[in-house]
Amino acid sequence: MSVSFNARNVVTALVAAGLLLLPLYSQLTGNIFVLTLFTRIVIFALAAASLNLIMGYGGMMSFGHAAYLGIGGYAVGILAHEGIGSGFIQWPVAILASALFALAVGSLSLRTRGVYFIMITLAFAQMAYYVASGLARYGGDDGLTIYKRSDFDGLINLSGRVQFYYLCLACLFGGVYLIWRIVNSRFGMVVQGLRSNEARMQAIGFPANRYRLVCFVISGMMCGLAGALLANNTDFVSPASMYWTRSGDLMVMVILGGMGSLFGPVIGAIAYLLLEESLSQITEYWAMILGPMLLLIVLFGRGGIMGMLGRPRRG
Amino acid sequence: MADALLRVENLVRRFGGILATDNLSLDVISGELHAIIGPNGAGKTTLISQLTGQLLPNSGTVHFAGQDITHLPAFRRSALGLARSFQITSLLSDFTALDNVALAAQAHDGHSFRFWGNARKESRLRDAAHAALSRVGLDHRADVVVSELSHGEQRELELAVALATKPQLLLLDEPMAGLGVTESARMVKLLQELRKEVTIVLVEHDMQAVFALADRITVLVYGRVIASGVPSAIRSNEEVKRAYLGDQHVVVAHG
Repeated sequence: MSVSFNARNVVTALVAAGLLLLPLYSQLTGNIFVLTLFTRIVIFALAAASLNLIMGYGGMMSFGHAAYLGIGGYAVGILAHEGIGSGFIQWPVAILASALFALAVGSLSLRTRGVYFIMITLAFAQMAYYVASGLARYGGDDGLTIYKRSDFDGLINLSGRVQFYYLCLACLFGGVYLIWRIVNSRFGMVVQGLRSNEARMQAIGFPANRYRLVCFVISGMMCGLAGALLANNTDFVSPASMYWTRSGDLMVMVILGGMGSLFGPVIGAIAYLLLEESLSQITEYWAMILGPMLLLIVLFGRGGIMGMLGRPRRG
Repeated sequence: MADALLRVENLVRRFGGILATDNLSLDVISGELHAIIGPNGAGKTTLISQLTGQLLPNSGTVHFAGQDITHLPAFRRSALGLARSFQITSLLSDFTALDNVALAAQAHDGHSFRFWGNARKESRLRDAAHAALSRVGLDHRADVVVSELSHGEQRELELAVALATKPQLLLLDEPMAGLGVTESARMVKLLQELRKEVTIVLVEHDMQAVFALADRITVLVYGRVIASGVPSAIRSNEEVKRAYLGDQHVVVAHG
């Protein structure tokens, strides 16, 4: 597939370059806040990208994706609390725990479609939320402070702002690259075919739910990694990170940026969190401004921001 | 008949109080083109759906190539060599024609838990897809998105998708539905070619096409077989005339 100079690719390249050069800008201007803000944005972009894999490409409207943010975060927090500080243990556990949760949720919820699927994924995430609230040993409702960030044996120091930012960015770019490979692979073709017409895919010989489930699990694992990053970023994990409004935020980022476009969720996360940040400085009631704006984008720009920049090429 | 490729025995399917398939038995012999006709609501599509596994029967059995497939899910039947086209065009409408057919080829080329290589660059799948598209005369439209194809082209694509699964038995649910006169003629010609290679069960309203193509015809009325035999026998069958052909003949004669 040749790279063409359409608006989408130009914007994608500019945004990627901007993210890469951000620490430089931060150093030159002495603006530390922008780096902190964008670390958070990059982490949420990874979570949104993982949601886009099942929602945009797979047609699975999960309304419980924040659960993996929490599970990844709690894996790091609980292990740290119990004296296991190595990231080489914490992070694989975060990803594995997310995989197991996705496997359980997926194998039950994928028996349903449409609104029921949305409701069941939501119900599971809320269950995770209440379980976390009940973990008295790990702070319960109040959450759990992480006193020491994941330790990678001097390989990388997560307490260094710039190092941590680049680690998050590497995870994001790695995640997007992985999704790009998956989407264009045989597996990805099947998943997208199932989104388009399940009966047809069954008739030509594909067992639908097996492929859907694997896709669901991959997505959960990526979001679990985002959860581990988020916990390190805030030095804190609480049940609130799994609350349904958080899942809603992720959905909005995906829809805002453009469902089913590779880089859309990244742009969506940037736009959403920047808007939230700037509007909340103007007024306490920022949601009243953000809400109608989102409504307009959903109503008139059906492909989100990426959709407004033109149609994707199909090869 | 010992060498029946498809054997349906005492099939029953109810929808509430309605018997859509009423104790239906049917044999399809390897190599033949077997047409199923009947007035609207005779249960033709219901029958096809039970053969391909989209619907399960309440009782009765379906054997394919000697194997009991009554309770197999659709994707397993496809793996055994059973392919269908849909009465109402059912394709991946946001994919290109080529992608639609390539996916059908992919479905029969091992499992698809391959996450890395670009499927659109696999020449094995692409070549198979191009071959199937050429077969139905659609190769020049390979890169067009399905939703932008004409209705006739979509019907042909349905056929190409079915062919790409390398079927032993092709179940065609009204392939001529909604086609114009020239398109219909092209489809008949195409089926005449295909029948040399694959056993076909054809559900069709177009009587001219059915009598031109079929080796044997089974007539369904209210989910029951009222007659089954060679076209000339069906043409002269009194019960068939009464139930079905009477008014249709007039249409054909004047149309």
